[in-house]
Amino acid sequence: MAATDVDVFSNEEKRNLSLGGHVGFDSLPEQLVSKSVTQGFCFNILCVGETGIGKSTLMNTLFNTMFENEEASHYQNGVYLRPRTYDLQESNVRLKLTIVDTVGFGDQINKEDSYKPIVDYIDTQFENYLQEELKIKRSLFNYHDTRIHICLYFIAPTGHSLKSLDLVTMKKLDSKVNIIPIIAKADTISKSELHKFKIKIMSELVSNGVQIYQFPTDDETVSEINASMNAHLPFAVVGSVEEVKVGNKAVRARQYPWGVVQVENESHCDFVKLREMLIRVNMEDLREQTHARHYELYRRCKLEEMGFKDTDPDSEPFSLQETYEAKRKEFLGDLQRKEEEMRQMFVNKVKETEAELKDKERELHEKFEQLKRMHQEEKKKVEDKRGYLEEEMNAFNKRKAAAETLSLSQPVKKDKDKKKHKVQLDC
Amino acid sequence: QWTKIKTKFMQHKHTEHLCLLFFVFQEKQYVGFATLPNQVHRKSVKKGFDFTLMVAGESGMGKSTLVNSLFLTDLYKDRKLLNAEERINQTVEIIKHTVDIEEKGVKLKLTIVDTPGFGDAVNNNECWKPITDYIDQQFEQYFRDESGLNRKNIQDNRVHCCLYFIPPFGHGLRPVDVEFMKALHEKVNIIPLIAKADCLTPNEIKKLKDRIREEIDKFGIKVYQFPECDSDEDEEFKQLDKELKECTPFAVIGSNTVVEARGQRVRGRLYPWGIVEVENQSHCDFVKLRNMLIRSHMHDLKDVTCDVHYENYRAQCIQEMTSKLAQDNRMESPIPILPLSTPDVDTEKLIKMKDEELKRMQEMLNKMQQQMHDKEQ
Repeated sequence: MAATDVDVFSNEEKRNLSLGGHVGFDSLPEQLVSKSVTQGFCFNILCVGETGIGKSTLMNTLFNTMFENEEASHYQNGVYLRPRTYDLQESNVRLKLTIVDTVGFGDQINKEDSYKPIVDYIDTQFENYLQEELKIKRSLFNYHDTRIHICLYFIAPTGHSLKSLDLVTMKKLDSKVNIIPIIAKADTISKSELHKFKIKIMSELVSNGVQIYQFPTDDETVSEINASMNAHLPFAVVGSVEEVKVGNKAVRARQYPWGVVQVENESHCDFVKLREMLIRVNMEDLREQTHARHYELYRRCKLEEMGFKDTDPDSEPFSLQETYEAKRKEFLGDLQRKEEEMRQMFVNKVKETEAELKDKERELHEKFEQLKRMHQEEKKKVEDKRGYLEEEMNAFNKRKAAAETLSLSQPVKKDKDKKKHKVQLDC
Repeated sequence: QWTKIKTKFMQHKHTEHLCLLFFVFQEKQYVGFATLPNQVHRKSVKKGFDFTLMVAGESGMGKSTLVNSLFLTDLYKDRKLLNAEERINQTVEIIKHTVDIEEKGVKLKLTIVDTPGFGDAVNNNECWKPITDYIDQQFEQYFRDESGLNRKNIQDNRVHCCLYFIPPFGHGLRPVDVEFMKALHEKVNIIPLIAKADCLTPNEIKKLKDRIREEIDKFGIKVYQFPECDSDEDEEFKQLDKELKECTPFAVIGSNTVVEARGQRVRGRLYPWGIVEVENQSHCDFVKLRNMLIRSHMHDLKDVTCDVHYENYRAQCIQEMTSKLAQDNRMESPIPILPLSTPDVDTEKLIKMKDEELKRMQEMLNKMQQQMHDKEQ
């Protein structure tokens, strides 16, 4: 019934109407904004880079605060990820910021598996979101979104090119997360070297098909600045939380014997560009891209794995519900079958054991009988012997008595007679 | 007293004539063997020197730039660097560059042994093996040459020193650094350096140096130790020596370019915020390294290589050979028998006989001395 109504509507042509006065729905963006402000925002940054390359310092510099951090050791057995969540507030905007650090990255002698913990972490966050989405009773608006919105990849300032580990890792991550490569500790590269280095890095990324995040140029208000920033990638940054007096101001900088590197001086490094792009202009776009592109890709792959399709073999659109039902039936059927199997198996086993036990019982019984018989036989034998022995005793006693009486009545019997007696007794 | 002043003048490269002039003013009876250092100097200049330096460390640490800065030349023209993709499974190569350089009549045959690919692959298990094999090969070759019959023109290709470049981006030594140094510390003089030190502020440098020294101790790595200076050197020299030792590992910066700084043209790196001068001691330890490596300790490095590392190798080699032979022949052979260039067995026997004779004569001598001593009393 409802289906036919919808059909009628979509067949109508869309018409543009002009308004006779101010209606007021132009306040919709503001309503959206005030809603999101009350909700608060959530942003998750993943920092990938070798130990000591300046990840923590850069985060402190970007957000102008001191996140707690212990210095990491170089001797971890493997790579593990350390997420930390902070609540920040600026004006009336609340931000739930999660910074994920890769501890131990690049320290091992064999780095072939270094990318795995990172990929696993990103996938787990997607999985958690997917699980929430598939729930029957779900609360997505309340859900703490832990999906990584941006991966800052810290490149060591060697001045030559990317390291082999960088290339391998970025290739594994580019389809799962927005990557912005940055050149860390850039105050060790001179301007001319930096120019060559950036070109080399970008050409290596392109020739190896690594997709890094491009600042969006579809929105006219920011397309110009974004386009120009795209040309400055990778950003060469310097981080510092210490302040140095330059002129009559105290600025965040690094003090060297030969000069002072100012973090926020655009001719010294690209920190300001990074901050602009990452936080002030494109933060929302990053969140969108994560959801619309990377998460959707993950979801599609995952569901395809489970056997869902969008169209069946006849190219008729499947509805998710039907597929779900079918899957469910299948699953339950499977379950039942398995149950049956198990039950059968159980019954069989019980029968077997019973039979065994019966056999054993029989055997035991037989044995018992046999033993009893043997026992009786033995008893009989013993009795016989006893009888025989008694007879002998009686006979002996009789003869003894006879001999005594004889010797008593004829005490002077000769040896011959005695012998005779003896012989007689012996018989 | 006089000899010492003379040697000091030799070190500062004064000429023979100046020394003789001073001699003229001397009044005491003079035998003349004080000119020996002089003669050594003359002969060595004629013979020329050779030095083999190995550089090791990950790609991009500034090894080539530093070598160029040390020897003020360009050894690496037209060098091909690999892409990241090509480096994923890269194996370590050994590349030798030999140059002949000359300064004030002194000729130096300098060999730089490069180790491209070290630490660059994704899996770096035992990536130092080609390097240890190379060092061992040079020892073996020298061992053979030394035991040979014709020893006139032995080529000494043994590695006299290995500069190991530690990245300044970390908090200290990494597992690959520790493993590398432990595999090599008993084969070659290792001098660890903190590379690209212009990314560290003075405080950070100090912290990193302390940490690295601590870890070197903790892991039992035997890096090259500067020899103790003589007890009769002057205080200034001793102070400098002490400072040098406390400054290790040296934090170095190299440069292929010349820039204008403070009105002079110097080797340096130009940044928007300032100019780093390679030879400015308050900027980095390059000068200390250069002085140590070239100007004062080059010969000591060679000596330690010959007297310690090579001798260790040789002793080990011989022990292995004798134990193997003992297993093979099942007999004791007190004389080390060399498998390759063997002096014939007769000579060996002769030597043994002579040895015993010597021993007997020594004993007789001792006895006679004792008798004399007794008689005297």
